[in-house]
Amino acid sequence: MNASSASHPDREHALTILHQMLLIRRFEEKSAELYSLGKIRGFLHLYIGEEAVAVGAIPALSRDDSLVSTYREHGHALIRGMPAGAVMAEMFGKVNGCSRGRGGSMHLFDVSRRFFGGNAIVAGGLPLAVGLALADKLQGRQRVTACLFGDGAVAEGAFHESLNLAALWQLPVLFLCENNLYAMGTRIERYQSRPEIYPKAAGYGISADCVDGMDVLAVQQTAAAAVDFVRSNSRPFLLEAKTYRFRAHSMYDAELYRSKSEVEEWKQRDPINAFLAQARTKRLVNDDDIKSIDSRVATEVAEAVAFAEAGEWEPIQDVTKDVYTRFDGPTNASTVAAQTHPQVPV
Amino acid sequence: MSKVTYREAVRSALREALESDPRVFLMGEDVGKYGGSYACSKGFLDEFGPERIRDTPLSEGAFVGAGIGAAIGGMRPIVEIMTVNFSLLALDQIVNNAATLRHMSGGQISVPLVVRMATGGGRQLAAQHSHSLEGWYAHIPGIKVVAPATVTDARYMLGLALREPDPVFIFEHALLYPMEGQLGDAADLEHAAIRRAGNDVTLVTYGGSLHRSLEAAEVLASRDVDVEVVDLRSLRPIDAPTILESVANTHRAVIVDEGWRTGSLAAEISAQIMEGAFYELDAPVARVCSLEVPMPYARHLEDAALPNVERIVSAVEQLVAQHG
Amino acid sequence: MADFVMPSLGADMEAGTLVAWHKNAGQAVRRGDIIAEVETDKGIIDIEVFTSGILEQILVPVGEKVPVGTLLARIREEGQTAEEKVAAPAISVDREPPKAPAALPAVAAEKIAGPAASSTSGDVTRLPMSPSARRLARELGVDPHTVPGTGPGSAITREDIQRAAAASTAKTPPSVSQPSVPKPQPPSADQASRMRAAIAAAMARSKREIPHYYLQTTIDFHAAETWLAEENLKRPMTERLLYGVLLLKAVALALQEVPDLNAVWEGDRVQVKEAVHLGVAISVRGGGLIAPALHNATEKNIDQLMREFRDLVRRARSGGLRSSELTDPTITVTSLGEQGVEAVYGIIYPPQVALVGFGKIVTRPWSVNNAIVPRSVITATLSADHRVSDGHRGGLFLSAVDRLLQEPDKL
Repeated sequence: MNASSASHPDREHALTILHQMLLIRRFEEKSAELYSLGKIRGFLHLYIGEEAVAVGAIPALSRDDSLVSTYREHGHALIRGMPAGAVMAEMFGKVNGCSRGRGGSMHLFDVSRRFFGGNAIVAGGLPLAVGLALADKLQGRQRVTACLFGDGAVAEGAFHESLNLAALWQLPVLFLCENNLYAMGTRIERYQSRPEIYPKAAGYGISADCVDGMDVLAVQQTAAAAVDFVRSNSRPFLLEAKTYRFRAHSMYDAELYRSKSEVEEWKQRDPINAFLAQARTKRLVNDDDIKSIDSRVATEVAEAVAFAEAGEWEPIQDVTKDVYTRFDGPTNASTVAAQTHPQVPV
Repeated sequence: MSKVTYREAVRSALREALESDPRVFLMGEDVGKYGGSYACSKGFLDEFGPERIRDTPLSEGAFVGAGIGAAIGGMRPIVEIMTVNFSLLALDQIVNNAATLRHMSGGQISVPLVVRMATGGGRQLAAQHSHSLEGWYAHIPGIKVVAPATVTDARYMLGLALREPDPVFIFEHALLYPMEGQLGDAADLEHAAIRRAGNDVTLVTYGGSLHRSLEAAEVLASRDVDVEVVDLRSLRPIDAPTILESVANTHRAVIVDEGWRTGSLAAEISAQIMEGAFYELDAPVARVCSLEVPMPYARHLEDAALPNVERIVSAVEQLVAQHG
Repeated sequence: MADFVMPSLGADMEAGTLVAWHKNAGQAVRRGDIIAEVETDKGIIDIEVFTSGILEQILVPVGEKVPVGTLLARIREEGQTAEEKVAAPAISVDREPPKAPAALPAVAAEKIAGPAASSTSGDVTRLPMSPSARRLARELGVDPHTVPGTGPGSAITREDIQRAAAASTAKTPPSVSQPSVPKPQPPSADQASRMRAAIAAAMARSKREIPHYYLQTTIDFHAAETWLAEENLKRPMTERLLYGVLLLKAVALALQEVPDLNAVWEGDRVQVKEAVHLGVAISVRGGGLIAPALHNATEKNIDQLMREFRDLVRRARSGGLRSSELTDPTITVTSLGEQGVEAVYGIIYPPQVALVGFGKIVTRPWSVNNAIVPRSVITATLSADHRVSDGHRGGLFLSAVDRLLQEPDKL
């Protein structure tokens, strides 16, 4: 997809965008319900309200590009093409989950789609992304590594170290910051001496831009340009998407740190409604389309749940599997020579 | 069989790795222009170029994480963290990424990363520069930890580590670099080695403490106590069968570990000996570790704090005297 | 009818207090509506409903605190859109994950398990027993060689000892002689019990055939103790002297004055021996006693005796004794001081004709220069064969031992 088609979508494209955003929305809503019922445990971080960022940016990447993400990554995973069933099953803890039930909501992985998690440590993925980009550069591959993180990560040392290193070594990393204004329960003005994020990149000699994260078409356009920049110049880029999460940080959060009126205000800018209105105005979609999409999404989500329900539990005897590449066998010098490894398609 | 220094052995190992596999590259602070803070990569920048010998900023978290990413991406990085003291800055990447990615992803990812670090005290570098935290690393499932204490191990363990599909952490005790030794032919990564055979006491140790232990064994031999010295070589996994077989013969064990005593690797080995050779023991397992103090600067204090030859001899003698 | 329950919003949320209902019974609710507010440890959280219909019945009033999972209200499902019907598949009865079995396959433990309790060291005295069981065996006077072990690898446990103690009526004698033991070999269960039988026979025979008489004397140990402390200050740890070696030398020298106690029965006659080979009773693992010889004790100085004694003990416990050491003693010295015994009346080891015993060093009131002072004293006993010596000779011997111990520097 290029920048120009991004801002002037045709009908098919509009339907795709709608479908994708609604899929995330309904999937997340269903996850909330299942969490309340005890089917999903641990932490659950919902992407509701931020759909436009994933839907706008991720399709700008090619199949060979890599993604590194955060614990609020369901939307990223779905748009990257990971089956909703595998994601749901993972959250159920079943062996047919994308990480065989070993990771849960915060650790979704799909190496075949070059989706490298799912990281529960804020900013923990940034150095990883730098490394993936380094490997691409050293092996002469024209790939982009997209690294998604929140505004909270900008305070961590890892952010600064990673940006510096990526700039110094000219690595093809797209640093994509989803600024939803809150690092868990602390608003950005309270934890950043300078709350504007994208200008910080200049301190490392990195080009940067900022976009309205509630406007899916704007995100598409800007992200496409950013990905292009990274790929052509083999240099890092920082894109800040200003967005907002309509739900709490995680399920168990009383949201004492923000007012209901603020949330309501932002809900007026719901990215799905906003795009829908636009698409209707431009006569790209009609009521039947919407019904059809709704129905399709409902089925997809239902099927995902059914897939997860039907999944098996991994036998307890296998609990120490996949800690090391060889299960339960000590390394042996004579077999090392014969060993070929990773399943990662490189 | 030739005589080389440990430093030369490490250099040879690095050189061989770089020459034999184009995916291998060395990354760390001052590995290039400076030649390596312990001179292990002197001249390599000119020889192999800046793509393969990468000086990094002082960003342990970032360059260790980048090593992980690069390993996932098909390279074979050797990350040099100048010393274990600075590795603390990279602990998140090590513990939360390197050690976990394979498991968290349900087996999809391998991280063939090698990390080398200098470790240990004894050079009056005081509290922040004298740690022996091998025990902490040996605690973590998902990584492997080795401690080459001889020139042969320093020469060959690196090559083997590079062929491992999982992260391997190599600890080089800083005092060993100038040590000379006879270079053997080969090594492996997972077996402990009997460096001195004996019948009266099993002394289990690793890394920088090996040579102090051998010295102590000589002193003890002159006093009619015959010590068997076991060099662990691999700290995770630990070669328990070799240790237990030795204890079954001697019935007494002393562990020498430069880490602090509390919660040390020595404590783990003691537990394993208790579990596996309880009925062979004639005496409780003894430990000689660093005293519970941040490493002092003054020479005599540091010497006293470290598991020195005197303390090792004394511990063995007490063990033998108590129980005949 | 759909259930609206108190949700669990986090692993550490156990209960919540209903603080507000946004709808009343009879009102319509839609999927996604916030219909209640619940107060938790973290604050008040809005709770949404996941079904559409009519709020039929509110079961938990405002102000009540209920555990997670409690039914809060019932909703009669009505007016659901087709999508909503589809979107709410019948969620199956909770398939619980498998519970961890009571005993997980102990993979790690298997790897570590060394030569569990089987004796691999070629040591006749090595019985797999825990230290605790060993101590119990000593206390109860149970010979562990006769006890079948039910622990791992047939190790003997405390229970096994207790069971054996309860079953046996006769106590085994405190001292055990092994008069003609072949070169130590790894014992089979057979061998151990055969040895036991031989010992039992020898002891019984000794008591039966030898007319024992017993003498006792309490010796002022002050001089010896003081000398020992001073000497040990001059010595490194490994060369320090134990008080027992003073006793041994004193006995050896005393025998030069009363040589008829340094003899053996050969066939039907007594043979007084010139060399003094002191049998030193050493307790070994398994609750037994072995008494190998310290050869030519009169000709060795204290340090030499100490070294040899140490070596003897080490080899006795690791099974490295030579058979000559077991057959050569001309007299045996046994010390039960460490066991806390004050005086020991032992059974003579045939073919020897005497047994010297020492108890523990105790502090007792003693008369020194007509004043009563606390003094370290030790009790020495003599068990002797009345066919060979009489009380007079025995008494001379013990007096000699006493006298010699008053001048420890001359030992």
